Amino acid sequence: MKKVDARGCACPEPVVMTRNAIREDANGVEIIVDNACAVENITRFARNTGYQVAVQKNGADITLTVTKK
Amino acid sequence: MKKHLPVILTGSLIGVIALILVAMGNPANMGFCIACFIRDTAGSLKLHTASAVQYVRPEIIGIILGSFLLSLFKKEFQPRGGSSPVTRFVLGMSVMIGALIFLGCPLRMVLRLGGGDLNALVGLVGFAAGVGIGVIALNRGFSLKRTYTQNRLEGAGMPVLSTVLMLMVLLFPALFAFSTEGPGSMHAAVWASLAGGLIVGGMAQRSRFCMAGGIRDEMLFKDFHLLWGSVALLVVVIIGNLILGKFKLGFDGQPIAHTDGLWNFLGMALVGWGSVLLGGCPLRQTVLAGEGNTDSAITLLGMLVGAALAHNFGLASSANGATINGKIAVGVVALVLLAVTLFNTNRKGANA
Repeated sequence: MKKVDARGCACPEPVVMTRNAIREDANGVEIIVDNACAVENITRFARNTGYQVAVQKNGADITLTVTKK
Repeated sequence: MKKHLPVILTGSLIGVIALILVAMGNPANMGFCIACFIRDTAGSLKLHTASAVQYVRPEIIGIILGSFLLSLFKKEFQPRGGSSPVTRFVLGMSVMIGALIFLGCPLRMVLRLGGGDLNALVGLVGFAAGVGIGVIALNRGFSLKRTYTQNRLEGAGMPVLSTVLMLMVLLFPALFAFSTEGPGSMHAAVWASLAGGLIVGGMAQRSRFCMAGGIRDEMLFKDFHLLWGSVALLVVVIIGNLILGKFKLGFDGQPIAHTDGLWNFLGMALVGWGSVLLGGCPLRQTVLAGEGNTDSAITLLGMLVGAALAHNFGLASSANGATINGKIAVGVVALVLLAVTLFNTNRKGANA
């Protein structure tokens, strides 16, 4: 699964990066972000497009594992 | 629908508070206007000398502090910045100039539409077109590069400056210029404006409400989430104005507006384009500045300077329409936005 680092990226770049990664590998993507807004936006995008999201916090970093439902 | 509730509530509440502030003295269809209010504040600070638009608007201070306080409470206050600050300053100026050619930010555009001002509909079409250009850039990898963690004082810069400004206005009003006629002389009581701003700032911080984000996300991802907020705002303001007898459908004789369709369209196109490059509309930038985003703080300062230049150089429109200087400025700002777009667009995005 592709890994993407979207830390420090302004809205809506983390979602664009997630979308682009899913286009390359439809199985899913592991994406690291650093703010709550990006978590909400990626989660909403993933659910709207038939994916599920697992969220794991590690200090300031948040890893979202986006996988096909 | 439940997931859309916070943003719908925010849009509705902004509409209600905007109607109340107008009833309490704010200019018509201007319960809130981030661009106009920053412009008025620039005038009061004597950065420009347009005597009709000089007043430190407590709404702006309230929005910044409301967002600041709520982000602290929710542990979302995050001092960060460093994502192309000079470019963002220039984008702030550009968005302000576009807004003052139309006569309103995206928020006031919807408030004007809610009052029956059809010139705002032309502005809305232009705004959507501008957002569309920004979306093309995002799809091609546009990025102003990453932000980095800053210290807490840097992050609190805009909330602290806002508090100091409010205190100085209250304690030493003689230092400031205040309009005695024109839109700058029309305002609700300071406490009401401040309270309205605090509520809107807090709500918008929670819901991520953004006027540009709604259209952008719809175009980018077919995601209507944020757009619900703008729709709720429009519906509430239309109903409110109908009840209050202030709804007047048409192009002519609308308050603090002009009927120059082409320039309404182009002015808001610049605002839409610039807002997408910045990552959010002027309201969203104000809220983010309260959350510790120093890039948004820089953007607000760019808007402040942009407003001063717009009036000092005769770029801002009046009820008579766009000025010659304003029309030239539209071309210049479009070139600036094009340069920013091209120089920051790379398939690798933020990793470039």
